[in-house]
Amino acid sequence: MLSPSNTIGETGATLMVWTAVTLIATPFLWLSGDLLWYGWHQLSINFVVSVPQNAGREGGIGPILVSTGLIMTVCMAVAMPIGLGTALFLSEYTQNDQVSGRLIRGSLDVLAGVPSIVFGLFGNAFFCQLLGLGFSILSGGLTLACMVLPILIRTVEESFRAIAQDQRLSAAALGISQRATIQHILLPAAIPGVLVGCILGLGRAMAETAALIFTSGYVDRMPTSLMDSGRALSIHIYDLAMNVAGGNSNAYTTALVLIGLLLIINLSASWITKKWTTLNQLPS
Amino acid sequence: MILSSNNISSHSKTDLHVLWSLQVFAVVAGSLLVLVIGFILRESWPALSRLGLTRLFTDPGWFPTEHSYQLTPIIGGTMLAACGSILLAAPLGILSALFCHFYAPPLLGKWYRHMIELLAGIPSVVFGFWGLVVLVPLVASWHPPGPSLLAGILILTLMILPTIMLITHSSIAQVPSAYIHSATALGLSRWAVIWHIVLPVSRIGMLTGVFLGLARALGETMAILMVCGNVVQLPSHLFDPIRTLTANIALEMAYALGHHRSVLFMSGLVLMGLVLCFVSVAEALRHKANHAIAK
Amino acid sequence: MDDTQSTSELRPTQEKAPGFQSWRPYQSAQQCCEPSTHFQAENLSIVYRKHLALQNVNLEINKGCITALVGPSGCGKTSFLMSINRLTDLILGCQVSGRLLINETDIMAPFTDLLHLRRQVGMIFQKPTVFPFSIRKNLEIPLREHGMCDHATLASSIETSLQQVGLWDEVKDRLNQPAQGLSGGQQQRLCLARAMVLSPEILLLDEPCSALDPISSGIVEDLIVSLRGRYTVIIVTHNLAQARRIADYVALFWAVDGIGQLIEHGPAHTIFQSPQHELTSAYISGTRG
Ligand SMILES: Nc1ncnc2c1ncn2[C@@H]1O[C@H](COP(=O)(O)OP(=O)(O)OP(=O)(O)O)[C@@H](O)[C@H]1O
Ligand SMILES: [Mg+2]
Repeated sequence: MLSPSNTIGETGATLMVWTAVTLIATPFLWLSGDLLWYGWHQLSINFVVSVPQNAGREGGIGPILVSTGLIMTVCMAVAMPIGLGTALFLSEYTQNDQVSGRLIRGSLDVLAGVPSIVFGLFGNAFFCQLLGLGFSILSGGLTLACMVLPILIRTVEESFRAIAQDQRLSAAALGISQRATIQHILLPAAIPGVLVGCILGLGRAMAETAALIFTSGYVDRMPTSLMDSGRALSIHIYDLAMNVAGGNSNAYTTALVLIGLLLIINLSASWITKKWTTLNQLPS
Repeated sequence: MILSSNNISSHSKTDLHVLWSLQVFAVVAGSLLVLVIGFILRESWPALSRLGLTRLFTDPGWFPTEHSYQLTPIIGGTMLAACGSILLAAPLGILSALFCHFYAPPLLGKWYRHMIELLAGIPSVVFGFWGLVVLVPLVASWHPPGPSLLAGILILTLMILPTIMLITHSSIAQVPSAYIHSATALGLSRWAVIWHIVLPVSRIGMLTGVFLGLARALGETMAILMVCGNVVQLPSHLFDPIRTLTANIALEMAYALGHHRSVLFMSGLVLMGLVLCFVSVAEALRHKANHAIAK
Repeated sequence: MDDTQSTSELRPTQEKAPGFQSWRPYQSAQQCCEPSTHFQAENLSIVYRKHLALQNVNLEINKGCITALVGPSGCGKTSFLMSINRLTDLILGCQVSGRLLINETDIMAPFTDLLHLRRQVGMIFQKPTVFPFSIRKNLEIPLREHGMCDHATLASSIETSLQQVGLWDEVKDRLNQPAQGLSGGQQQRLCLARAMVLSPEILLLDEPCSALDPISSGIVEDLIVSLRGRYTVIIVTHNLAQARRIADYVALFWAVDGIGQLIEHGPAHTIFQSPQHELTSAYISGTRG
């Protein structure tokens, strides 16, 4: 004789699931509500362009945005060609079971797992000290480039691999050289993937703090060259919160700006992905 | 794949140049890991060779100015924070993945997933800031001083939960719907289907998520630096402040010199070793899961 | 094995054809097949890793003729075609041995200019494989890569080639639209145009009609017939009626114990009316394969 189904256990489970969801949703809503509530009323064009005053308690984040932009530019300018080249090499010239491909892929996978503070240590030892770049935007950007390479390469390589082998065979059958195949057939077909990879890498770099503390430094003046120390948005938040009493309201606004930028970055990545998949489902 | 390399016999010079330059890029990217490990090793070499690993555990305490470098409380604090947060985040993450698949109305499930994705995108410094401003006073009002192991665990939970939830979510999505349908057809209740079918089938995916979450918790710097109080001690209860390996590096790198600096690099090495262990376990699990699916 | 010997009877006794460019224009089916060897395989074997896909094929193909390769699935027809323009190089673990001569030049030689070879030998795949760009771009990419940059010439070459395959009227207003928007038959004809725009000497067609409906298939077939005399066409087909309709020569491949072999080769009417080999008669009468 079977017992009737266990309704108590069932209700208990449902209760548990909903409790968990509430437990997670509450701090999230609280956090975002807080950021909006305290950050929004100060957010203005003036805040975005003016220089920080009184250690950041007053004024805006103009130079900090510029520094952040420069660090990101350096990072992407270095990471993009290396990433694209490596991804092409991995997808077009190596097979899954080939030693060179396996080595490179494996080392990138491991690199992806290295904690960001370790990248900071490396950047400090290699770029700041050995190469003599000091605490500078250049060191910071280069350190971030090392950090975002794995994710960038992985995404871009996947988008090259997603191109049907038929395309390469028919290009070869037409006597089109490898350079031209890459340039005219593979790159255009993979452009959305390349973009998404870069955007994801950019997002990761933008959110980073620990790797920048002792590579790009703290200076909140307007940078005049890439060799100047420059303070990124995330470091500004950290500094205001930890080292400056009464910096909270500006920290809120800066956090709002940072999250807004990240949101734009991530949304555009998913928009491109979506656009791309619908394009690929064209009637054929 | 495959513009294979034996195809080089196409005389085209540019093709050769393309191959060479791609190879150069690939070598640069591939040797980056060696470079990173090499430099961390190089910088920690003075400490490794002069002081040795044992001094990290036998010295009287962490007093860098007096050349006493005991890391035990710091490593202990790191472990406690990471393990505590995983104990909270694993069940919460798995339950939320189940919520999306089996409990939520479709639209709510989708929104909830988006929320988790947003949570994953929040930078750690913002978590730390919010923790400092909101969570720490809250903990303090319950039991002073406020900046504590508990605050660290709570913030870390929020941060690693998305990792666990999203990975579990996708591994649950891979459970063949035929299993679920036939189990339901046998008259099993929703929770029975989950308990007997879904969770066992997707357990490898969940484990992967847990290990990746653990790795992330260990490597996390900013948030924990901002809410944990950074006192070097082995906590006796949840409300004691702690200092983690990452926070220690971030705090002291700026002024560390000589052996002190070298020891910090060494602790970075230890940290990297720990994190990479967990990441490789996660990778091995993922591999196994893929294998199982391929079969 | 005896039957592969029989191909030697077909070996032309006259002098071989001169240089590449000097084929005579098409006059009639009979005349085009005046035997002058264009392509020749000697002891060709193809191995995929450990698996021998094709063994000791000796085959001569005459200039300006349509040669149909028939045989059951998996007997190595596609592999044979791919070895002719050395696309087999791109397949992991595939090794080709033996000699392949086009106009007496060995294309297996180590320093063969593959780009030139593939320009000289066009190929169409079983599934239409247009590039995911506009129709115009599909034709422009190969032309530009082979050095044609002038806009007027480009436009006229594109028009001519599209007209050749009977696609011009259908697509002339939408040259800038994505090629994937074409129907399967149109796509296959676009692929044919794309191969022909480079004016190759040899066209390899791998089951060009298998993915098409009877009407499109008829159009493509007529097109192939119209190529007789101007191009040397090697076509793989599972459709014996089609082979009977269009082929001058027929070669039957067969997988004996899993190893592909050339069973019989000869003029179409001989193969269809008085086949030498019992497998051939069984295959064309439909009792085997
Ligand atoms: N890329 C490959 N790797 C390994 N083996 C292959 C590969 N391509 C073909 N083969 C093998 O070579 C043999 C011949 O294949 P091929 O594609 O040439 O046959 P086919 O005559 O074209 O068949 P079909 O009429 O079905 O197209 C088959 O046994 C096949 O399994
Ligand atoms: Mg085939």
